[in-house]
Amino acid sequence: MEAFLLQVLSGVTNGGIYAAVGLALVMIYQSTHHINFAQGEMATFATYIAWALIQVGLPYWIAFAATLVIAFAGGVALQRIILRPVEKAPVLTNVIVFIGLLVIFNAVSGMLFDHTIKVFPSPFPKEGMLISKYFSGHQLGSTLVTLTVLVCIFSFLRFTPIGLAMRAAALNPDSARLVGIKVSWMLAIGWGFAAAVGSVAGMMVAPIVFLDPNMMSGILLYGFAAALLGGIDNPWGSVVGGLIVGVLENLLGAYVIGTELKLTVALVLIVAILTIKPDGLFGKTVVTRV
Amino acid sequence: MTMNSKRRGITQAIAAVAIGAGVAGASPAALAQKQYGPGVTDKEIKIGNVMPYSGPASVYGAIGKAAAGYYQMINEQGGINGRRINFISLDDGYSPPKTLEQTRKLVEQENVLALVTTLGTPTNSAIHKYVNQRKVPHLFIATGATKWGDPKGHPWTMGFQPSYQPEAKIYAQHILETKPNAKIAVLYQNDDYGKDYLKGFEDGLGDKAKTMIISKVSYEVTDPTIDSQMVQMKASGADTFFNITIPKFAAMAIKKAAEIGWKPTHYLNSVSNSVGATMIPAGLENGVGIITGLYWKEPEDPDFANDKAILDYFAFMKKYLPQADTKDLNYLYGYSNAMTVVEVLKRCGDNLTRENVMKQAAGLKNFNVPTLIPGIDITTGDDDFFPIERMQPARFDGKRWVRFGKVLGR
Amino acid sequence: MNQLNRWPVWVIFGLGLLLLPFLIKDFRVFQLSLMLIYAIALLGLNILTGYGGQISLGHGAFYAIGGYCAAILMDRFGLPYMATIPVAAAVCFVAGILMGFPALRLGGHYLALATFALALAMPQLLKFKHFESFTGGVQGIILMKPTPPIEFSLFGQPLSEDRWLYFMVLAVTVIMFVIARNLLEGRIGRAIVAVRDQPIAAGALGVNLAVTKTITFGVSAAFTGVAGALGAITVAFVAPDSFNVFLSISFLVGVVVGGLASIPGAIFGAAFIQFVPNIADQISKSAPWAVYGVFLIALMYLAPNGIMGIINRRRRST
Repeated sequence: MEAFLLQVLSGVTNGGIYAAVGLALVMIYQSTHHINFAQGEMATFATYIAWALIQVGLPYWIAFAATLVIAFAGGVALQRIILRPVEKAPVLTNVIVFIGLLVIFNAVSGMLFDHTIKVFPSPFPKEGMLISKYFSGHQLGSTLVTLTVLVCIFSFLRFTPIGLAMRAAALNPDSARLVGIKVSWMLAIGWGFAAAVGSVAGMMVAPIVFLDPNMMSGILLYGFAAALLGGIDNPWGSVVGGLIVGVLENLLGAYVIGTELKLTVALVLIVAILTIKPDGLFGKTVVTRV
Repeated sequence: MTMNSKRRGITQAIAAVAIGAGVAGASPAALAQKQYGPGVTDKEIKIGNVMPYSGPASVYGAIGKAAAGYYQMINEQGGINGRRINFISLDDGYSPPKTLEQTRKLVEQENVLALVTTLGTPTNSAIHKYVNQRKVPHLFIATGATKWGDPKGHPWTMGFQPSYQPEAKIYAQHILETKPNAKIAVLYQNDDYGKDYLKGFEDGLGDKAKTMIISKVSYEVTDPTIDSQMVQMKASGADTFFNITIPKFAAMAIKKAAEIGWKPTHYLNSVSNSVGATMIPAGLENGVGIITGLYWKEPEDPDFANDKAILDYFAFMKKYLPQADTKDLNYLYGYSNAMTVVEVLKRCGDNLTRENVMKQAAGLKNFNVPTLIPGIDITTGDDDFFPIERMQPARFDGKRWVRFGKVLGR
Repeated sequence: MNQLNRWPVWVIFGLGLLLLPFLIKDFRVFQLSLMLIYAIALLGLNILTGYGGQISLGHGAFYAIGGYCAAILMDRFGLPYMATIPVAAAVCFVAGILMGFPALRLGGHYLALATFALALAMPQLLKFKHFESFTGGVQGIILMKPTPPIEFSLFGQPLSEDRWLYFMVLAVTVIMFVIARNLLEGRIGRAIVAVRDQPIAAGALGVNLAVTKTITFGVSAAFTGVAGALGAITVAFVAPDSFNVFLSISFLVGVVVGGLASIPGAIFGAAFIQFVPNIADQISKSAPWAVYGVFLIALMYLAPNGIMGIINRRRRST
């Protein structure tokens, strides 16, 4: 029984990681209607920046905040400089540009910071009242942070005028322009936020999986799965999706199929769920008018 | 009489000079013979290497970088017998088809004398037949898979580090001697490296393998964490743990075991016993009591703080790879591997043919590489293509690996 | 002024292709063979993604299946290498159809995820211990390179194994391209494109959407499977690590770079994914993939519809 509980809880931890990455993907999708394949590598790069700031001596939360700002600025710059020329190009052209960004960020991370794993500190205490051997301080803390980010994103998109403008720009750029929304800048801000959310995900994940240039390569697929499972246009969905993926994968590996086929079976299940509910568990069905 | 002896003396002298000149002139080959294979000139020796500088195994690119730095250092000290080393190292991203392509480029386009330090088992498997067909020395390859020491079937390929199966047998032996009723859990990476170790371990336990190993779990390099596997093994009730993971996951395993309160007798494979790369990220206090097989001098070990070989290594790293993380044992590995290559090339003298390179490589008897712990050296022979074969068991005390027992192995 | 329809140009081009291997080194011939093999794979993916509009991030999986088919048949069953190709095509056709069923329900990003999942799961499946007696598990399967059946020399260069393989690959490439052209310019091709562009109208006109989409998947997989089989024969080795996710991503890159919905585009795309990484490696030792990424992005700026997009624009304006 204890083992089962531990499996579920470690699945929840993993799920939290996937959810955080999934959130960044949802963020980008909501503001640009693109899936950013470079999200993982951007998050890793941002985490390296945080690491470098901490190495130089900045206290954790200052480095954290600084990284958020740098990531935001970087995301905006990325959109303005690199993505704008292909804004009007076909979807797949954009996808290839994302892939290009993916390899660039990965290579630059490796070149600047080398490939040996680095320890990234966790700001959360190891001991405390809620902490027993079921939850570590970091697991609780990072879950809290992820939920906070989620609430912020959701409220921002739902309740603020800029959030509305961003959603409008993504859904119907032409109509949005007609009502005076600067579509291009909305996209840029969307990228900025996504980069910032990604950097948070990276900084929460790195203490658990250690920091190296390929840190996110395994996680990206799961983040992708989490976002899609929950519905690509639903931030809450990606959290639930992440948890489902995390717990499912652990339970399958431990009790059903053994670890040698764990990944395969988890993926088959995700595809199966999507086949039954093609817009994700909480997604809105898009109806096209003939 | 005097005239005759003087004339005889002069005649003898002239004869001697004539004979000497005749000998020197008639067979210059015997005295100053230079035989060159491909890639060799009076000024340069070209050697080739393929490494995963990108992709999932990019952390091992450090080996290639250290080797390149070492050859650069040798060049700055005058080279090998006056020739500089041209070390051409290409990236294969750990993809076997790419390894083959890059190897063919090195052999057929760059005309290298030999291939050295190529990394990985599937990648080396892809070129195994090719290099032996083309008779290219394939030396000191960076993988411990047991199949590389096969002088009869593949006379041009030679391993370097202690192979995985014999190492695993050492641990199995230790368990049978000290804890014959142990309940063992094994965590292994689901690839050739993990399975090779596992095979050696099971073979080492013999008939008792089936009853003693009660939990066998694998993981993929792409898995984000191995928490689930750790929980599973603890739940099985095992009291002994054989940890076949690479440094990143080894650190995770040690940390998680401590977190969930599992304290088995822990055997850690030598690929991951670096203090800097594994024990420190895992949390030094969590690693107390772990047993491993040691053969390198750990740079972080206070015992070797004043050891000449380690001081030389640190000086080398500072000068040639200043940005690198010296705690990563891969750099030490590349440095030592390059040192062995240089020794072989040195022993070739002016006879730098591929055949002679292979002959010298197979003739290393007790060659001392100072970065190996005392009692371990490099020995090869016509039927022994495993250069480093010995290890010494060691136990972690929270700060360093403390060696115990004797040096084991051939 | 469509000069490409003039047959002397084709004859010269064909002669060039036939003589080329004797003018360059064996290793370059090997690289050319790999490029042609990728071209076949890209043709397959293009049928699905360019013409059919269904995105796939997992074609590396079909390449792997084709490769392992060939390897297992050659190594375990002793089949001659030529015979493995139709078998690989058939097996991958079935695999593609099986993948096509869930694809019917999924669209866009969801299909991308599902195919990505397939590519990611493939190495694990290939390593699975219960299949090990066939697949060789993590060690893979080492094959014998085919020897040329005849001996001759041209320009002083003998017909080596690499050159013989090149001719075989070239022959298969030509055949696959001809099949693709006939398929795509015929009724089936028009149905595929109709389903991509106006699925509802196509359905109204009597095109069976489900069957068309599933068959597209099957055919696409078959093409890539043939490429995979040829790849296994040329490299003479298969292992799970040979077929990682990056291979699938490279295929997608190749298809877009060459030009979607274009048959000749496959050659340009294949040349890109085969040779540009090598060029990037020569430009920068420390971060070659960053150079590759820059090339990629620059190409997308200059040619958002791929290289064929530029060629077609030129042709139209003359």
